[in-house]
Amino acid sequence: MTAVEVRDLTYAYPDGTVALQGVDLAVADGERVAVLGPNGAGKTTLMLHLNGLIEAQSGWVAVNGRRVGPATVAAVRHEVGLVFQDPDDQLFMPTVRADVAFGPMNAGLPESEVAARVAAALDLVGMTDVADRAPHHLSLGQRRRVAIATVLAMDPAVLVLDEPSSNLDPAARREVADTLLQLGRSTIMVTHDLSYALQLCPRAVILSEGRIVADGPTRELLADAALLAEHRLELPYGFDPALTDRVGFGANRPAPDESADQQRRQ
Amino acid sequence: MPPAGDVSGASWPRRLPPQVKIVAAVATILVIVLTPPRPPWVFLGYALILAAVVQSSGVGWRTVFSRMRVEVPFVAFAVLLPFIATGPEVTLGPLELSEPGLWAAWNILIKATLGIVVSILLAATTEAPDLVVGLQRLHVPDILVQILAAMVRYVSVVTGEWQRMSRARAARGFHGHGPRSWPVLARSLGTLFIRSYERGERVHLAMLSRGYTGRLPAAGTAAATSADWSVALVLPLTVLAVAALSWWVAR
Ligand SMILES: Nc1ncnc2c1ncn2[C@@H]1O[C@H](COP(=O)(O)OP(=O)(O)O)[C@@H](O)[C@H]1O
Ligand SMILES: [Mg+2]
Repeated sequence: MTAVEVRDLTYAYPDGTVALQGVDLAVADGERVAVLGPNGAGKTTLMLHLNGLIEAQSGWVAVNGRRVGPATVAAVRHEVGLVFQDPDDQLFMPTVRADVAFGPMNAGLPESEVAARVAAALDLVGMTDVADRAPHHLSLGQRRRVAIATVLAMDPAVLVLDEPSSNLDPAARREVADTLLQLGRSTIMVTHDLSYALQLCPRAVILSEGRIVADGPTRELLADAALLAEHRLELPYGFDPALTDRVGFGANRPAPDESADQQRRQ
Repeated sequence: MPPAGDVSGASWPRRLPPQVKIVAAVATILVIVLTPPRPPWVFLGYALILAAVVQSSGVGWRTVFSRMRVEVPFVAFAVLLPFIATGPEVTLGPLELSEPGLWAAWNILIKATLGIVVSILLAATTEAPDLVVGLQRLHVPDILVQILAAMVRYVSVVTGEWQRMSRARAARGFHGHGPRSWPVLARSLGTLFIRSYERGERVHLAMLSRGYTGRLPAAGTAAATSADWSVALVLPLTVLAVAALSWWVAR
């Protein structure tokens, strides 16, 4: 079953900037795909289409076999959870708990069910302790995890994340990765953080100048130095994708440093 | 993004459903505003009642006094009245003051002060989104509620942006004193407008993507029980009783 299908999608902003020029992408149920691309490639624009926040100018987007359009957009927004790049855009209620409850309440769920969803979502991201604090008092890593919880509480079939690792310190980056790895649902992760893509997503596509220019196993794409260079993508200094094989990168397992730690302890 | 009121802990007014508090506050303000300025002792009665509410609400006198600064323009206007109004005059030391002007000033000052204390009590014990929910429950027209909901979204966005910009200015050695800082502040304001507008739009998109359809969900606020109503209506009813008493005495 295809969770998300995008066909021949084009979009130009009102000021004439062409952001997407014919994007094709299919994501299977339960699959995790990284959308890689330099700044300005159209990643965020593509993401906004997946939830019907921008209407396709030509081509179409389908979620679980249903075309996104004015008639379906309300249902689609409960099936596709969007985590925005800047948690400050996402969190606006006075407390973490109220913010996480916002989506389920919009869905019209009864209060007991909302409370259960909020508790479960905060637990999944490890943020139960801050439930009654104001989002703007949290660290960026915490805010990002709360932002993920606000979407998880809606129990979406597809999770779409815009640059989930940006501006995080290494520990926060790993904690967000741990959270994402244990979710096990269809995930589209927009990023230019290549090692993060390799760690989390077995498959990757490269979006460049509004088009998908490559699609394949993440490790193979990252091993193609010419391809990366052509699209302004760079691996971190000293990073060799071939060496990550042994520690379980790209597989559905906890972060490598942790599993290594555990082995050492045993 | 800071909420509109600081809501921590849970004293009795904080636990009341928002719509009940809105009705109680509006009714109280109405009684206060409609009370004739004479005899003045009625307002002492009102002030004592409000003082009791502030004392038991856990809001704290310091919060009340610091927020009363919004009253300054009213005070300035009221102080002018005895000088500019016409009619019989009274002599107060070297000053010749208009007697109707004095009463008008008293009327404005005392009503503004008491009304503002009631508003501060409401704001300090109710979170901004809950206020919006309360208005929805009271069947205030949707368009008004939506405008307020948009304000809830933008107020915190704008204050947040302004804080970030002030910090960025201060970090590079800027002092916001004197006319020399005005051009910088003016340009900051322009930037603030654009930045807040764009962030507000992104916040709105993020809300839409979580299924927002223009009505804020009633977060954690149960429907009002008759017990809630009877607690909240004690305030306007007591105020009304004092008003009735004064009317009866003055008859
Ligand atoms: N609101 C907007 N108005 C006009 N142009 C925009 C707007 N948002 C993005 N763009 C332009 O569209 C292109 C794609 O942007 P975006 O999707 O944000 O890229 P990415 O997320 O990959 O960095 C860029 O050239 C960008 O400048
Ligand atoms: Mg982007």
